[in-house]
Amino acid sequence: MNDVASDTIPYIGEDDTYHDINETIGKQFLTVSLQGETYCIDILSVNEIRGWQTPTMLPNAPEYVKGVINIRGNIVPIIDLRQRFNMEFQEYNETTVVIVLSVEEAGISRVMGVVVDAVSDVLNIDESEIKDAPDMSGSIDASFVMGLCNVDDGVVVILDVEGLLALSDIRKHYGAEERSEESVS
Amino acid sequence: MTKILAVDDSSSMRQMVAFTLKSASYDVDEAADGKQALGLAQANKYDVVISDVNMPVMDGIELVTQLRQLPAYKFTPILMLTTESTADKKMAGKKAGATGWIVKPFNPEQLISTVQKVLR
Amino acid sequence: MSIDLSQFHQVFFEESFEGLEIMEQGLLGLSPGETDNETINSIFRAAHSIKGGSATFKFEEVSSFTHILETLLDEMRNGEREVTVEAVDLLLQSVDVLKDMLQLLQAHEPVPESLYKEISDALEAMVSEEGAGEGNGESAAVAESSASSNVVEATDDESMSWLIQFAPESHILRTGNEPSRMFKELSLLGEITVVCHHQKLPSLEEIEEELCYLSWSIILNADVDLLQIEEVFEWVKDESELGYEHLPLSAAEERLGTKASVAVDEVAPAAAVEATAPGSPAATPEAAPAADNRQLQVAPKKEVKDTAAADKKPAKVASTGSSSIRVGIDKVDSLINLVGELVITQSMLGQMGDDFNLEKLERLKEGLIQLEQNTRELQESVMRIRMLPISFVFNRFPRMVRDLAKKLDKEVELELIGEGTELDKTVMEQIGDPMVHLVRNSMDHGIESPDKREQAGKPRVGKVILNAYHQGGNIVIEITDDGAGINAEKVKEKAIERGVIDEKSELTVEQINNLIFEPGFSTADTISDVSGRGVGMDVVKRNINSLGGSVEVSSTPGHGSTFSIRLPLTLAILDGQVIRVGDQIFIVPLISIVESLQLKNQEITKIVGNTEVYRLREDHVPIVKICEEFCIDAEFKSYDDATVVVVEAEGVKVGLMVDELLAQQQVVIKSLDTNFISIDGISGATILGDGRVALILDIGGMIKRVNLTKKSKKAYAA
Repeated sequence: MNDVASDTIPYIGEDDTYHDINETIGKQFLTVSLQGETYCIDILSVNEIRGWQTPTMLPNAPEYVKGVINIRGNIVPIIDLRQRFNMEFQEYNETTVVIVLSVEEAGISRVMGVVVDAVSDVLNIDESEIKDAPDMSGSIDASFVMGLCNVDDGVVVILDVEGLLALSDIRKHYGAEERSEESVS
Repeated sequence: MTKILAVDDSSSMRQMVAFTLKSASYDVDEAADGKQALGLAQANKYDVVISDVNMPVMDGIELVTQLRQLPAYKFTPILMLTTESTADKKMAGKKAGATGWIVKPFNPEQLISTVQKVLR
Repeated sequence: MSIDLSQFHQVFFEESFEGLEIMEQGLLGLSPGETDNETINSIFRAAHSIKGGSATFKFEEVSSFTHILETLLDEMRNGEREVTVEAVDLLLQSVDVLKDMLQLLQAHEPVPESLYKEISDALEAMVSEEGAGEGNGESAAVAESSASSNVVEATDDESMSWLIQFAPESHILRTGNEPSRMFKELSLLGEITVVCHHQKLPSLEEIEEELCYLSWSIILNADVDLLQIEEVFEWVKDESELGYEHLPLSAAEERLGTKASVAVDEVAPAAAVEATAPGSPAATPEAAPAADNRQLQVAPKKEVKDTAAADKKPAKVASTGSSSIRVGIDKVDSLINLVGELVITQSMLGQMGDDFNLEKLERLKEGLIQLEQNTRELQESVMRIRMLPISFVFNRFPRMVRDLAKKLDKEVELELIGEGTELDKTVMEQIGDPMVHLVRNSMDHGIESPDKREQAGKPRVGKVILNAYHQGGNIVIEITDDGAGINAEKVKEKAIERGVIDEKSELTVEQINNLIFEPGFSTADTISDVSGRGVGMDVVKRNINSLGGSVEVSSTPGHGSTFSIRLPLTLAILDGQVIRVGDQIFIVPLISIVESLQLKNQEITKIVGNTEVYRLREDHVPIVKICEEFCIDAEFKSYDDATVVVVEAEGVKVGLMVDELLAQQQVVIKSLDTNFISIDGISGATILGDGRVALILDIGGMIKRVNLTKKSKKAYAA
């Protein structure tokens, strides 16, 4: 009955044909621009794309956390990707968009919006074409980057959504705040 | 469609029995004790009744006794859900007029094959 | 077909926990030597259900453990065993062990043998010790076949067959057993030949149509196990004469006097129809372990998100897990009615919208008022679904009081009042521990030893009363004891000694009594193992505060004390005051607001460390500027422009400086940490009428924050 199927599925997974199917389809990525550079986000993580709306600020949050907005009854935090990547802050305008992303964590999906300059395109990228990023001692933290990929007009950075949405830095920020106060007292 | 009445005070067992039988495309009603079951049995005509023995309000033995007194249930298959430890209960159930028994623990496949057995 | 039994596990766990409650309550009500059959019966039934379920769902440790338990209870039920104190104690311990086992299984964790071995051995010892004589061995004897079987060896070249004699008692049909069913089943085992004996058939006028007068001889031409044939007749063997003989086919045919096989007409076609499922009875043994394997592959348990206030004990929440709720049908019916009304209102408004003109304005207003009322009623009804009677919490106390009284060598009687009072399930889950602590405290420090009570002219048996009732939008839970009461002098002494209060403070007795909730306070001379362990009343108070509730004590020396816990009925909705600071909107829980007022510049005094305080009658209330705390540009330039909202938490008052007070409204609490993390000073967020998000201030957290900053400022100043 079921047991047969559950035994064979992992086997198929290891089979070469399975990969072939996957490879021909490739993965779709949404490309966004930040300071004139192109970044790619796995389209499966994208819930929706919205215009900029002023969020409700969160007290004493890190600068890149712009606040929270209401998306169909959910309280969703918004972060500014420029500021997250230590780029120069740019005032929001009509083309500023918020990409609402979701990640699964322990079976529960968590949603967050990221502010980018603009959305440009959807790309098909073969997973085999994604190269490990060289150790970039640049502005972007390595945990945000999944890899690089060559496209017609240059190299694009493929973003790691899980890294992007990780809360550890924010937790650290609030924790540090508390600690500094405690240590003084 | 074949109608079955499942009687058990334990809702997990009852749900399991009902779910199993429904998935074998029987029409199943549920009752949590003998009294409820008797009420349902009078309002509907079931082709098979499956009942637990130990129940509050009215136990399975009493239920069988009462059902057998209803003209509509004189010959209806009534199966008791019993455990190994209650051999004397099997006898009491038989005396009251139960058709047979299903011994707990049973698995869904056993349940279905037993029900198929008593249905012609 | 395969059915995944794990879908029923959650229901099984829930009903098992309920069953354990019933067992515990029943056991606590049992006195030694008693033979209250209904009580014992209900305890037995609960154990029996757990056993049946656990065996079906393959929780073997539980089923074998409950099996012993059940044996013991069965003997008690049948009057074969006396109800002794030892037996009841052991059974109560078994209930605890079962609870632990089930909790582990529910969390998909293994059950270590060490958990139940000791109690299980003790149960086993008790079962075998006396009263056992019958019962155990008996069942095997009953199960043994009452039929006789003759085995005749066959010659090598001839196939063996079974000759079966089947003479059912006349009332066989009344048990729903049709002989033809048995023949059909036999035919699944092999080719059969049936000869019907009708000698006992009476004359036509004497025939009762419901009786069976026939008997049969059957040749089963198949070399099967006797067991397989016995199984066919299992249900009727006690009402039938059955004989089985294993013979070569020819010998059997000879005995039957038929050389040519006379197949019973109905049977042969039936066999053909059934041919699709021949393997089914035999297949079941293999199917069983298969089902077992499936069950072990359970999906990882989902982490439970709690919408309620932030810092609670995660372990407790996790154990109650992805829980479900049982709802009375009346509550569901009232919901359906309300939804019906809502639909009517909606269609009325919808029609009006189709061709709206100003003449209909009045009706539109009416419609909107109706809509508002529908919505409010619907909201209340939905909230009521989460409400459960407080007996779920109260029920754990009889056991606890009993055990504790024994340990403390005191005699205590527990009285429960208002068990039907309902409150939110989440609040219920959180209030248990603080209540346990308060009851322990009452028994440990409040109730005196029996001798002391006698000296004081009181009955030897002390009394603890738990009383729950609704008052306004709150539930009040009172824990009253008739013990010695609080010694206010001693409390004051200790408070001064520990620096909780100043020597010169003038406090009312009431205020002094409530000092026991201050951090670092313990009135007991020695920290006992019962209510001590370093956990003080301050923790109790903090826990209750974190639920948005309060606790206070009143006491009469010599006559006892009453602890009153006041809690909101639900954690999902909050009465809030909407305030504005700069361009930001916040919600302040109404329950923590003392008053709001306009300040005049001169009423502000600066004290050490740059803290500004405002004099509110006797109190000096420190001013907290939300704008500074949260880095917002506020509008007010001087205190003349600002409004101060005086709030209180844990006995500390502060004045929050805001730009404007807006409406008061009920808000639905949403947790921030669903998609983010929880933040100090913020208990959650809500969505305003215009769709914007507003943060809800956590006053307790705010005050803590301010204290921290204040301290740091002091440090800078020093």
